[in-house]
Amino acid sequence: MATLAPIATAPLERLHDTWEARPGLYGILATVDHKTIGKRYLVTSLIFLVLGGIEALIMRAQLTHANAHLLSPGAYDQLFTMHGITMIFWYASPVLSGFSNYIWPLMLGSRDMAYPRVNALSYWTFLASGIFIYTALCIGQAPNAGWFAYAPMTLRPFDPGLNMDFYALGLIFLTVSTTIGAINFIGTVMKMRAPGMSLNRLPIFVYGTMTASFAAVFSLPALTVATTYLYFERHFHMHFFDAAQGGSPLLWQHLFWMFGHPWVYIIVLPAMGMVSEMVPTFCRRPLVAYPYVAMSTIATGIIGFGVWVHHMFATGLPGVSMSFFSGASIIIAIPSAIAVFAWIATMWLGTPVWKTPMMFVAGFVVRFVIGGVSGVVTAAVPFDWQVTDTYFVVAHIHYVLIGINVFPVVAAFYYWMPKMTGRMMSETLGKWNFWTMFIGFNLGFFPMHISGLLGMPRRVYTYPASAGWGSVNLITTIGSAVFAVGVLLFVINIFVSLRRGAFAGSNPWHAGTLEWAMESPPPPYNFAVIPIIRSRLPLWEDQLGDETPGMIPGEGHSHVSEGVVLAEGRETFGTSPLEAHPLHVLHMPEDSMFPFLLAVAMLGTAYGLVFSLWWLAILGGIGMLACLIGWLWPRHLVTGERA
Amino acid sequence: MPRLSRRLAPSAGALGSCALAGCTPLNVLAHDGVTGSRETGLGWFLVIVSCAVICIITILVLVAYARSRKRRTRDDAVFAGSSGVPWVMWGGVVIPGIVLLLTFIFTIGTLDAVAAPTRSPAATVKVIGHQWWWEVRYEGTGPSHTVVTANEIHVPVGQPVKLELTTNDVIHSFWVPALAGKTDIIPGQTNTTWIEARHTGVFGGTCGEYCGAQHAHMQMRVIADSPGDFQKWLADEAAPAAKPADPTAADGLRVFMTSGCANCHTIRGTGSGGGVGPDLTHIASRTTIAAGTLPNTQANLMGWILAAQAIKPGSDMPSMPLPSRDLQSLAAYLETLR
Amino acid sequence: MTSVAYDRTIQLGGEGRAPGWWAMVWTIATEAALFGFLLFSFFYLGSQSRSAWPPDGPLKLTLSLPNTILLILSSIAYMWGERGIRAGNQERLRLGLFIAFILGLAFIIIQGIEWSKQPFGAGDGAFGSLFYTITGFHGAHVIIGLCMNVLVQIWAARGTFTRESHLALTNAGMYWHFVDIVWLFVFSSLYISPRLG
Ligand code: HEA
Ligand code: HEA
Ligand code: HEC
Ligand code: CUA
Ligand SMILES: [Cu+2]
Repeated sequence: MATLAPIATAPLERLHDTWEARPGLYGILATVDHKTIGKRYLVTSLIFLVLGGIEALIMRAQLTHANAHLLSPGAYDQLFTMHGITMIFWYASPVLSGFSNYIWPLMLGSRDMAYPRVNALSYWTFLASGIFIYTALCIGQAPNAGWFAYAPMTLRPFDPGLNMDFYALGLIFLTVSTTIGAINFIGTVMKMRAPGMSLNRLPIFVYGTMTASFAAVFSLPALTVATTYLYFERHFHMHFFDAAQGGSPLLWQHLFWMFGHPWVYIIVLPAMGMVSEMVPTFCRRPLVAYPYVAMSTIATGIIGFGVWVHHMFATGLPGVSMSFFSGASIIIAIPSAIAVFAWIATMWLGTPVWKTPMMFVAGFVVRFVIGGVSGVVTAAVPFDWQVTDTYFVVAHIHYVLIGINVFPVVAAFYYWMPKMTGRMMSETLGKWNFWTMFIGFNLGFFPMHISGLLGMPRRVYTYPASAGWGSVNLITTIGSAVFAVGVLLFVINIFVSLRRGAFAGSNPWHAGTLEWAMESPPPPYNFAVIPIIRSRLPLWEDQLGDETPGMIPGEGHSHVSEGVVLAEGRETFGTSPLEAHPLHVLHMPEDSMFPFLLAVAMLGTAYGLVFSLWWLAILGGIGMLACLIGWLWPRHLVTGERA
Repeated sequence: MPRLSRRLAPSAGALGSCALAGCTPLNVLAHDGVTGSRETGLGWFLVIVSCAVICIITILVLVAYARSRKRRTRDDAVFAGSSGVPWVMWGGVVIPGIVLLLTFIFTIGTLDAVAAPTRSPAATVKVIGHQWWWEVRYEGTGPSHTVVTANEIHVPVGQPVKLELTTNDVIHSFWVPALAGKTDIIPGQTNTTWIEARHTGVFGGTCGEYCGAQHAHMQMRVIADSPGDFQKWLADEAAPAAKPADPTAADGLRVFMTSGCANCHTIRGTGSGGGVGPDLTHIASRTTIAAGTLPNTQANLMGWILAAQAIKPGSDMPSMPLPSRDLQSLAAYLETLR
Repeated sequence: MTSVAYDRTIQLGGEGRAPGWWAMVWTIATEAALFGFLLFSFFYLGSQSRSAWPPDGPLKLTLSLPNTILLILSSIAYMWGERGIRAGNQERLRLGLFIAFILGLAFIIIQGIEWSKQPFGAGDGAFGSLFYTITGFHGAHVIIGLCMNVLVQIWAARGTFTRESHLALTNAGMYWHFVDIVWLFVFSSLYISPRLG
């Protein structure tokens, strides 16, 4: 047991020098700063949002009226598949990783994530896999069997091009990124909290990403297995899905949805967590029913593993299994309802301040409910037989995905951008942004329920005039265009605020959580002193006093601006998983090129495998091995000093 | 000839299947069948509950907004406020719990009710999904009684009919909204479902699972006949093709047998035995061609034969560049195959 | 250790694992799930199969059973070596690691022979594909484990590990034991379970 003795002032300059990345190219490629990585995640995933959005707009142009001839069927198929996987895999999840990466250490009172180099690797592999999958689009051989790519349509006889090879390898590639990212979050929440930040003082956002990370660790392997089978079946004449050879097309569906359903919660739980951070700030009171919301987050994550068959209701399963999965899918509405009512009660019992993020959050609540109940509608098996694979489901997924992911994400940008850049985003433009997105969204996606009920199947590149779907589709396209203008306003607002936004100061919203304690943008070391936490809302303790949630009488107040400095190299506390007792001083790794090089080697391997350039694949493999060895080599063996 | 194909191609989809003959559209809520109406009943219940939930939440948010206008204090003031837990207990657990339980009971009740017909089915029809058309088989007592047709399923009204669904290529899904929800057709397994139309009429249907480039053009229709009409239709269909009655038709048959058509198509009674494309023995009795892509008219037949790839790109039917005289007699011949 | 604090001293210590240890734990968790899904596929396709499963009758145990024992012994050797360093015994550590390595290597070689002896290939129906994929996945993990072992041996030879500080050793060990335990599941699923039904 060691005891740390006090001294007076924090050596800020020394901290700055130890934590800042080196200037120049090396610093850019080698940095492991979670704030830089977080920002890169955010920017990259926004680019993917725009790419996926443009793909969607082209599709909408084709569907505006009956018998349009803008796109060939093959082009349309590639577009909707790329749209789906771009949005689901390269936008929705990484954007949340971006926020978690940036905000977590600040919120938790730490100086970095648990595994900074892994963090860098996770970003570089995300970027590389995105480049990889878009290579497919550039050479005109993008995946074309829908985002869930049902076998046997994905097998060689029906899809002989490289399309589905890109799909299989691209997803395996991305899975590496997401899995190690998830492990990093778990490690961070277990070890890297400020002393005193026990489980009942963790922000809900942390609960959200944590639950999502656990779910990712256990569900992503199903996707890896399925896509590996797909690649093997396509390349090595193996048989997993081919019924004639003893395989089963349903094996793919089971594996895919065992992954896929948890995944849809993985891409909303952190977003719901962000909402649970913003609602109290703008309602000027702590969140109602915090423990229930925390528990409901975890419950959603767990129940989410038990509902995958609701995507397979029409496959001819036995009645018992359908009843079971229908029941489970209906029950999962309860935890969501708890969260919804916690937010509403916080608004009702607080005094909401209607800043732009709050508008987005309120809009989100309404859309979450619309998307949620349409989920319950499809969970009712016999009715699902009617609406499955129609635009009704397309409406459901956009209400939940845009409603629960995009809207909170935009709100979060308005909320946390001032922290990241030191400048506020424009409120006026923000209000315009909100109303165009809100109106455009509902105009664009609500009619999809109608076209679904009118029997319009999804994934059709054209439809006959006689079907009577013309006017709803016209409205949908107009709404989509309005929504796209909203997204454009948002992007403009980001750029404008970067140059001309008002200065934010450390805590522009007068929020209560720890990330608002340091100046904006935060210094490279985050905290001059490691704070000591005694409540859930350390910055509101002044006003709330002993009523601050999470405070234990007699334990005293949080200390944010005075505390332990830790300035001998890159240091921070390692704390215990439950109570966050400080256990040891951790020496955080220096910047390193290995994550970047490793990702490059992986990209080489992936290209080698997809184009059957075996030499390249092997070269990449050797490169990967070399990078890993270099990475793991103990530092003192290199520098000669003893550990 | 290329000019002809260009002229025909755009008009192709314009006349989708439902344009003709008062076919019931794909509208889910316009039901007729026994299963279809049970499912729709559940659907209405769900829609109403959903709307109620949405309205309540929207009103709560709006009122919270309105109240906040009156209660504004300083932006940076915070207060602890009351716990609010009853909100979550009632709004988040108890009330939705009850509603969801009702939903679940209604769901399994409906599930049970539509699981199997109450009477034994009057007929069994085999439906085989192909990329991108439907093969329909009525297995009779012998080869001469077996009826093979495509894209149109005749059933007797008021009687349950069992459908056995199979495929040899990829997954499709059988869906006739007015009669029953979807049942997937999956390689390697035989899924069954049943339909029962309450009224005579034509019910539109379509493939419900993405199955490749022409998934959009994989419609079909169910025609509910009176039992007498149905038996007559079955007998007519079981008969081999009519012998060509005039020289043009005879010439058409010759073209058919010599231009490669017979490799893929069967016209029973002519010696052709191809199994790649639809059985054409009674092609003229069908209302559409190419799985609902075109109304079955002589002009469309000619356009289709000439330019199938322009009309339905990716289809297994090649464009057949026949001399126009051959084409005309071929189409004339096909027109006689009632 | 450095110290800079405020009006009060802060107590450090107590039992606690390093972040790196947790990283390995969760890596193993996700890998375990991976094998879980592989074995799920095996049982799922087995239950759907209309022909014999495996096609040529249950797989032979002549090589695989002794091989299984080799792998268990290898794990034990590793554990023995690791115990050694915890008592400060460098020699025992090196010996333990070396034995573990040799046994692991033997396992993979015998596994290669086992592959070549099967009457079916990877393209012969679902069973063959699954057999080679699952054992191949496992083999790849053995090879990764062996690579880790080599690294750890090099570091051990250089005296990197001490009684107190040997996280890399513990992590590589956990991985090696995981590879061992997972093999028991793979073995009982592929080799034993068809004999039971
Ligand atoms: C963002 C992700 C997300 C989220 C959060 C959800 C949430 C839910 N989803 Fe959704 N779902 C998808 C993404 C998501 N889904 C996607 C991408 C697909 C399609 C995949 C594809 O085919 O391409 C899909 C498809 C899908 C299907 C299959 C449809 C089909 O293909 O036929 C089903 C069926 O049960 C379903 C159900 C549900 C349910 C019950 C919920 C519940 O979690 C919702 C719970 C929330 C509420 C209900 C609202 C709050 C509650 C209250 C206010 C209380 C009062 C409510 C009542 C009394 C009803 N979803
Ligand atoms: C997070 C997920 C997400 C998001 C955000 C979206 C956003 C949109 N989606 Fe998508 N969608 C899916 C996930 C998502 N979708 C999935 C999973 C599917 C199923 C795929 C499948 O079947 O396999 C699907 C399917 C799908 C379909 C059905 C296709 C079919 O079945 O045939 C349609 C059709 O209208 C559609 C439309 C749209 C539209 C109009 C948007 C709009 O919101 C897009 C808005 C536009 C933008 C975001 C771009 C704005 C930017 C600019 C205009 C330029 C600015 C430029 C610069 C600054 C340089 N989507
Ligand atoms: C290589 C195989 C092949 C050849 C050769 C071929 N067809 Fe076809 N034909 C098909 C297929 C497959 C379809 C179904 C297309 C679809 O609906 O997607 C079809 C559809 C049709 C239809 C519409 C049937 C229906 O019920 O909708 C007609 C009519 C037809 N073919 C006539 C001909 C004629 C006449 C020829 C020769 C001049 C011919 N086909 C040559 C494969 C072929
Ligand atoms: Cu067949 Cu879609
Ligand atoms: Cu789901």
